[in-house]
Order: sequence, then C-alpha cells, then structure tokens
Amino acid sequence: MSNNIFIRIFRFYYDGFRGMTVGKKLWIIILIKLFVFFVIMKLFFFPDFLESRFDNDEERSEYVLEQLTQ
Amino acid sequence: MIDNIDLSLVDWSRGQFALTALYHWLFVPLTIGLSFILAFMETLYVRTGDEKWKSITKFWMTLFGINFAIGVATGIILEFQFGTNWSSYSWFVGDIFGAPLAIEGIMAFFLETTFLAVMFFGWNKISKKWHLASTWLVAIGASLSALWILVANAWMQHPIGMQFNPDTVRNEMVNFWEILMSPVAVNKWLHTTSSGFVLGSVFVVGVASWFLLKKREVLLAKRSILVAATFGILSSIFVIWSGDESTRQIVHVQPMKFAAIEGLYHGQEGAGLVAIGIMSESTEDSENENIKDFFFRIEIPNLLSYMAYGHFEAFVPGVVDLIEGNQERGIMSAAEKMERGKYAREVLRDLKEAKAANDIVGYEAEKAKFMDPGFQENYFRYFGYGFISDPQQLIPNVPLSFYSFHTMVGLGFYFLLLFILMLIFVYRDTIERRRGWLRLAIWSIALAYLASESGWIMAEMGRQPWVIQDLMPTFAAVSQIDAGMVQVTFWLFAAIFTALAIAEVRIMIRQIKLGPKEGRK
Repeated sequence: MSNNIFIRIFRFYYDGFRGMTVGKKLWIIILIKLFVFFVIMKLFFFPDFLESRFDNDEERSEYVLEQLTQ
Repeated sequence: MIDNIDLSLVDWSRGQFALTALYHWLFVPLTIGLSFILAFMETLYVRTGDEKWKSITKFWMTLFGINFAIGVATGIILEFQFGTNWSSYSWFVGDIFGAPLAIEGIMAFFLETTFLAVMFFGWNKISKKWHLASTWLVAIGASLSALWILVANAWMQHPIGMQFNPDTVRNEMVNFWEILMSPVAVNKWLHTTSSGFVLGSVFVVGVASWFLLKKREVLLAKRSILVAATFGILSSIFVIWSGDESTRQIVHVQPMKFAAIEGLYHGQEGAGLVAIGIMSESTEDSENENIKDFFFRIEIPNLLSYMAYGHFEAFVPGVVDLIEGNQERGIMSAAEKMERGKYAREVLRDLKEAKAANDIVGYEAEKAKFMDPGFQENYFRYFGYGFISDPQQLIPNVPLSFYSFHTMVGLGFYFLLLFILMLIFVYRDTIERRRGWLRLAIWSIALAYLASESGWIMAEMGRQPWVIQDLMPTFAAVSQIDAGMVQVTFWLFAAIFTALAIAEVRIMIRQIKLGPKEGRK
C-alpha cells in the first residue's frame, strides 16, 4: 500500500464506491435528483426574487420597505 | 400591497412550502433516529466482539444509507423557496435566519459526509474503535445539523436577540447566544431530535417484527428489538418530558397557539386537559371555519392549568381572552395590539417618506424611535399586527391544531406502551408467538410518521397567521410572483417527491426482503 496520504484516501473512496451493492442505484437517484434540483429547478423555476430584480442591497431594501409600508 | 394581495398566491406558496417540508421530514427523523441505533449496535459489537452484532449493524446501516441517499438535499428546496416565494420574509429576517442555515450546511457537509464515508467504506480498513467513533460522529452530526435548522425555526416562533435596522429594513443579530440558547430553540431541538429517536426505534421494531412473522433472521430481529425498544422507551420518556417543556414555552410565547391546540375558547382557572375530543359546528361563531366546538370530549380536570403553569388552579387564557383582551388577567386585546402595530408601521412609513424627501433630520428622528427600547417593547414588538385588518385573522385553524396535537401526543404514549410490551416479549422469549403485536408493530411504522408529521403541522399551523410571531404575518412575507408559476412548481414537487418516496419504499422493501448480507444464499 502507498504511503502517500492522498493516494490512500483516494483508494479508500475508490474501493468503497466499487464495493457498493445497493449504492449504484442510489447514486443514480442522487445524481438525477441533484440535476433536477440545482439545474432545472433553481435555474428555471426558482430565481432569487430580489437578486434577480435589483442591482444592489439599497434597491432591495427600498423595495421591501415599500412592500411593508404600503 | 396588503389590501390587494393575491390570496391564491399566498395559499399556493404556503401549500408548496408545506408539501416540501412534509416530504423532507419523511427522511430526516429516520436518519436522526437510526444513526444512534447503529451506534448502539456497533458499540455492542466492539465491546463483545460478537460478529453477529456486526452483521446486524451492517444490515441496518444499509437501510440507513438508502434513506440518507434518497433524502439528501431535499431540504435545499425549502431554501430555494425562501428566495423566490418568500423574499420579503427572507430580507426582513436578515442574517438571523441565514447564519444558522449556513452553519448547518457547513456542519452537515464536514461532519456527516466525512464520517459517513468512513462509516460505510471503513469496515476492515480502519480499526474497530475508529470505525465506531465515525458511526457515533455521524449520529451526533445528524442531530447537531438539525439543531441549526430548529434554532432558525424557533426564532420565527419567538423572535429574540435581534435589533431591527430601518436603514436596511432587516433584523440584525445582536446576541447569537440568546438566539441559540432560547428556551424555545433548546426545547424544540430536544423534542424534535428525540421524536426522531422514537421514529427510528419504531422503524427497527417494525422491520424486525416482519422478520419474526416470516420466521426469518430470528436472532437479528430479537437483538434489534432489544436495542430499539430499550432506546425507544428512554426516548419516549424524554419526548414526553421535552414535549411538556415545549408546551410550557408555547403558553408564554404563543398563547393563541396553546389555546388552539386545546380548543380552549374561554379562559378559565383550573382548566382541564382534553384527552380525547371530537369537534363539530360552533355556536361560538358559526361563520368562522377556524372555530369549532366539541361534540364530544373526555377531559382531565385541572391538568391543562398544571401543564401550562405548574399550578392546578392557574388561569389559562382562551381564544376569546386573547382576542377581546382580559384586563383582570393583564391580557392586551387584539385591537390594542393592532393599534400599536399600525403605529409602528406608520413610523416606518414616515421614515421612508423622510428619506425620499431627503429630510435628514426627520429621517434620523424616526430612526431613533426604532433604537429606543421603549418603542421596541411597546410598539415594534407588535409590528405584524399593523397588517391585520380583522382580529379574526389572528385565530389559527383550531380543529387542525387540536387534532394534529392530540394525534401526536396520543401516538407518543402508544409507542411507549408498544416498546415496553415488545421488550417484555423479547425477555420472556414469547415474541414469536405474539403475531398480533408483531403485525401491529409493522403498521406502527406508518403511525410513527403520522405522529412526526402531525407535530410539524401543529407547530406551523398553530402559529398562523404569523410567519414571524407578532412581527410579520404570512401574507405579508410572500413575493409578488405569478401564482400560476407557484402552482406549476407545486405539482412538479409533488411528482418529484412522490417518486422519491416510492423509490425509497421500494428499495427499502427489496433490501429488507434480501436480509443481512451474511445470511443470503
């Protein structure tokens, strides 16, 4: 076994993943899920409302102030 | 904005948040509970050197892994919703909400993911003791991750340790420890995590019961029940104690929620606790859907007063007292709170106008009011009431609050009984003959989820109309976005999360049927 700590860590994870039995199906679910959440959902359906409409915090605070005092 | 707010937007946004939170909570309590059961089982393996304990630990670890993998990142959706659907809220709470969530993210990432990998991949690669330490750290990490989320939630139920900054229109954290050590936060964390322990224990007892019914893996099943039922008994007692403490907090910080969960309309001394009750139409206010009278109830005299104040004759305020006020008992009316809230909003409006007019003196004068402790205590703390147009809006859905609370409590006591009996059956070695109880234990897994979800329904529905208690009503927190888009994402989430839940159940069942690796042909 290599004495290099990084190689040993790599081998630890590599062997671990290779030895998984149920895990392969789970990894597919995890990857699809993360893709749907972070790519499809976040990009197309969940833009940050204040971030996307205003350029700076001052404008954002003015907008919220307007909303709270109307 | 408030007068012409689109209520369907508010309802769909709330529905979407509730849907994702309830689905997310299907995965979390099992992770919290099962992680400790794994740690106990592995400790027994390390202490005894009995390879069977190792096999048992690895079997439950596989189920833990399935639940963790499918549940991971489902909570991130809630954070997306804060930014998109609840932007006024997100801005208003400032770093108070953001800081605990950031800590949670970092802790979860480093503690759970690092030691999780060691826990799964480290068998026979590192020493037994290091492996055991990793398993314990996963368990502790899971509960500590929950702490930060619950601290953030507790702050919404009881906002403290902050100062409103009118310059930024944000609440700023001034005392981290006050927020972290708030009795509401501490009790919420203890109660929620220990309820996860109970759910995990019911899960293990239920699955082990299935093996016994099938006359398979008998030793695994009996040992698992031994560990899970013991842990379940201790956790159930702790859940009852922490629940009692939580309720005592609620009566002080959210008296309307307390009145709602008990269906108490008129305050009374020596108030009784409704053990079982069925609600029907109300003579109190038949037009109000939120209010229902008891058609039938079994009450334990004076217990509610004791539960609330530790005194059997103590006065417990009801819904009517909290709306109309009760001078004799020092309870301010809703109308008075609304007046004070409206004044606080007017001051904020004056500040805005002074800023727009470049009136620096006027602006500083209004700003100084928000820094004045007297204004904070007498006016700003009722800021949210300034949005309320009718005191009836301040009454949460009483039947839903009542039923969810009593479902949770009733099932909590049932689980304690189940654990005790299962433990006795194992000790007497009669458990294999108790087929009725074994079947009941399997069905109890669904009941454990029902109890756990009911707890959240009670906590979140009971505090309506507030998103931040007394400071911001839910309808003022919502972003002005298209309600149609919220409906689309609602159904999208419903489909995705249902698919994930089905995947979890199917993979779990398949794995349970396969049994432990060592026992497979």
